[in-house]
Amino acid sequence: MSEEGEPKLVNPEFTKEVIKRGADTITLCFQCATCTGGCPSGRITAFRTRKLMRRVQLGFKEDVLPSDELWLCTTCMTCDERCPRGVKITDIIMTLRNMAVEEGHMAEAHKRTAGMLIKTGHAIPMGDKFRELRKTLKLDEVPPTVLCDPKLYEDVVKIMKATEFDKLIGERIDG
Amino acid sequence: MAKVGLFLGCITPLRYPGIESSTIDVLEALGVEAKILQGTSCCPAPGVFRSFDQEVWRALGARNLALAEEQGVEILNICNGCFGSLSESSHQLREDPKKLEKVNNILSQIGKKYNGTAKVRHFAEFLYRDVGLENIAKRVKNKQDHLKVAVHYGCHFLKPRMLKEIDDPERPKILDELVEVTGAKSIPYKDKQMCCGAGGGVRARTKDVAQKMTIQKMENINEVGANVIVDVCPFCHLQFDQGQEEVETKVPVLHLSQLYVLAFGLPKERMGVEAHAIPVNF
Ligand code: SF4
Ligand code: SF4
Repeated sequence: MSEEGEPKLVNPEFTKEVIKRGADTITLCFQCATCTGGCPSGRITAFRTRKLMRRVQLGFKEDVLPSDELWLCTTCMTCDERCPRGVKITDIIMTLRNMAVEEGHMAEAHKRTAGMLIKTGHAIPMGDKFRELRKTLKLDEVPPTVLCDPKLYEDVVKIMKATEFDKLIGERIDG
Repeated sequence: MAKVGLFLGCITPLRYPGIESSTIDVLEALGVEAKILQGTSCCPAPGVFRSFDQEVWRALGARNLALAEEQGVEILNICNGCFGSLSESSHQLREDPKKLEKVNNILSQIGKKYNGTAKVRHFAEFLYRDVGLENIAKRVKNKQDHLKVAVHYGCHFLKPRMLKEIDDPERPKILDELVEVTGAKSIPYKDKQMCCGAGGGVRARTKDVAQKMTIQKMENINEVGANVIVDVCPFCHLQFDQGQEEVETKVPVLHLSQLYVLAFGLPKERMGVEAHAIPVNF
């Protein structure tokens, strides 16, 4: 975020790119702040949904893409529900986050989660404790998902390669 | 009644498998023809993976949807995250032929094709619409009138309203009715529709922020003296179950399927409450 008083770099191309990627409702925002008023994250952090929308309209790319606040939205969609202009706020935030990740802004914790998907096809690991519990519950010890069949996991890997997700995350997939 | 394929996702089978076994037992007790949809992957999770890259999110989603399509079943979700993710990806693929074509180019590499016809359902919505409260009521053996329930809807069950078309997300009734049919009482509390705090990758990245939201919800839940939280999402479930460390009066958590195991008098040991951080003693 720029310091108070420092001139901001306006980048109209940034706004155009956001619109091009399908987040065209950004132009409808008339800054009423209904979104901010209902935002559960804004209640406890400095994240302000309305301001984020304004920064995108104005093309303040450097304020938006590297920022931490972009990642404080829980995607609860309360704002989408209430916005009087039909701005698809969470869709816009998704688009912005995709752009941020492309530019290399990604938290370590999120890289680990992405790595887990690449390694297993699931978002979290399978622990021994839960294997045991599954047995006790008379469920298949390993869930009947891609976890139980290497061929199916390979299919998932192919999809991640075809979309270059592995490259994006900076993890090499073996084989 | 439609045939359904139960979509497992990640958190249910790998953290709260009791939700999986409870759901299977409850569906069977209600005479629903349900099988686990085999060979699925992560939905992929809307908060993290959609945030990272919508291309891979749509393509992996399409693979899961194609599996349901192939097997001629509606895809039944017991997780708001999976439900939100697959509803949104299937909607995009239905509305945008270019996206569908792109996804199918990728799926062709694994010998699959998605025709855009999969029906994405949520467990609670399916019970309400396809099974019906009356039929559920008939199955209730043990009235749960000792339970004062803080119902937690979560966000991706009902929103976006236009896509889900289930109930009014600001003043919903569906889940309260599904809870009260067991004889339990749903107690109103402040900011009931508020998020648990976990979604959008917030729990993974800034756990303290997620915790603060949960603590706010817990203050409101404790204010009205609820003795259980009932949810329809294993991620909200995890957030409430593991996020109450700093809360003095801890309130146990049940997924709707686990509540029905109690109410229907099904084998309690299949509830898998050993996995819960907050003991469940009902
Ligand atoms: S509620 Fe809608 S119109 Fe109002 S500030 Fe937020 S995004 Fe803009
Ligand atoms: S979706 Fe995000 S920005 Fe909108 S109200 Fe929820 S947390 Fe705030």
